Amino acid sequence: MSDNTENDQGKLWEVFIQSKPGIPHKHAGSVHAHDAEMALAGARDVYTRRREGTSIWVVPSEMITATTEQDADSFFDPADDKAYRHPTFYTIPEGVKYL
Amino acid sequence: MDTAEREKKFQEKIDSGLKVEAKEWMPENYRKQLTRMISQHAHSEIVGMLPEGNWITRAPSLRRKAVLLAKVQDEAGHGLYLYSAAETLGIDRKTMIDQLLSGRAKYSSIFNYPTLSWADIGAIGWLVDGAAIVNQTMLARGSYGPYSRAMVRICKEESFHNRQGYEIMYHLANGTPEQKAMAQDALNRWWWPSIQMLGPSDAQSKNSEETMRWKIKVESNDTVRQRFIDRTVPQAHAAGLTIPDPDLKFNEETGHWEIGEIEWTEFYRVIKGHGPCNRKRLKARQEAEREGRWVREAAAAYAAKQRARAVQAA
Repeated sequence: MSDNTENDQGKLWEVFIQSKPGIPHKHAGSVHAHDAEMALAGARDVYTRRREGTSIWVVPSEMITATTEQDADSFFDPADDKAYRHPTFYTIPEGVKYL
Repeated sequence: MDTAEREKKFQEKIDSGLKVEAKEWMPENYRKQLTRMISQHAHSEIVGMLPEGNWITRAPSLRRKAVLLAKVQDEAGHGLYLYSAAETLGIDRKTMIDQLLSGRAKYSSIFNYPTLSWADIGAIGWLVDGAAIVNQTMLARGSYGPYSRAMVRICKEESFHNRQGYEIMYHLANGTPEQKAMAQDALNRWWWPSIQMLGPSDAQSKNSEETMRWKIKVESNDTVRQRFIDRTVPQAHAAGLTIPDPDLKFNEETGHWEIGEIEWTEFYRVIKGHGPCNRKRLKARQEAEREGRWVREAAAAYAAKQRARAVQAA
């Protein structure tokens, strides 16, 4: 995901593929294209030559905002000390079912 | 954190088996080594289309032709995955292509050999892709996430390449005496270059120490080479073909096939640009770039026009 200056290679797009109906789209890689339509066609040729997909999303790489490694700790910390959000935190009397 | 501290943390991360992702901190040389390796790998896929492309119009049957077309198309795809993986390290694809076209970039020495007969297509799939699979399965376990993921995808696809190549060889080897001779001749010419394509021996490999410490590579060239030899020799025997190495012998104790001396001067000669087809390969890529330019320009012009229309309509 380098800078997105448009040279004769086109812009960079990130490709997300749903491999079968009902499951989430997953990042597959990227393609270069001058517009969205070409990006879709390119993604089909590059990433789904063996029926790997039932649906493709393409997103201009520059439109993605991501967390950074430096911020990851403080960003995800708050979840660390909240074990009570998990079912295993709770003690259930022996013999009680369906909990 | 100063650089030494960061490098220490980085090494700890690598040692604990975590993958490194694009935006994370990495030592400058880690970035440099990977950019070099991935871009060379991408170039190899692209240049690798040329020797096989030579036979698409002359494949002996429609089935073989369809298979070869699909295989060459896969190689183009592999080149593109790899250029993308290299771009995550900050280099631009245009820059890499310029490096290839100006002759500054390296690619696998094996693609500088000519494909003289149809059997060469079998030999490439069986031997060249066979060697590539062993190497790439190792690289898939490497520490850089985007490269490792590209390798996983590529290995899945290479397995078809490998099998179709062996099928061609096996059929020829069990055909008429002329066909068998053709298969043997192809094996004779492609065997040693395939052994060499896995890189200089460990004692000679100048990048190995660092790339292994950072788990860019998780096994040495010689280890990978031995695995390729052990897999391939019995395959040759099953097809009734002879490995062109009078010193080849099976070591009962170690369970490994041992080969004779590798002719490294030949390898370095080809890498330095003096193989049979170096100039031809580069020229073909330069022509493709020139002849495809109008397509890229048309696509850019069309996209610009669509954008202008969208603005007008708004």
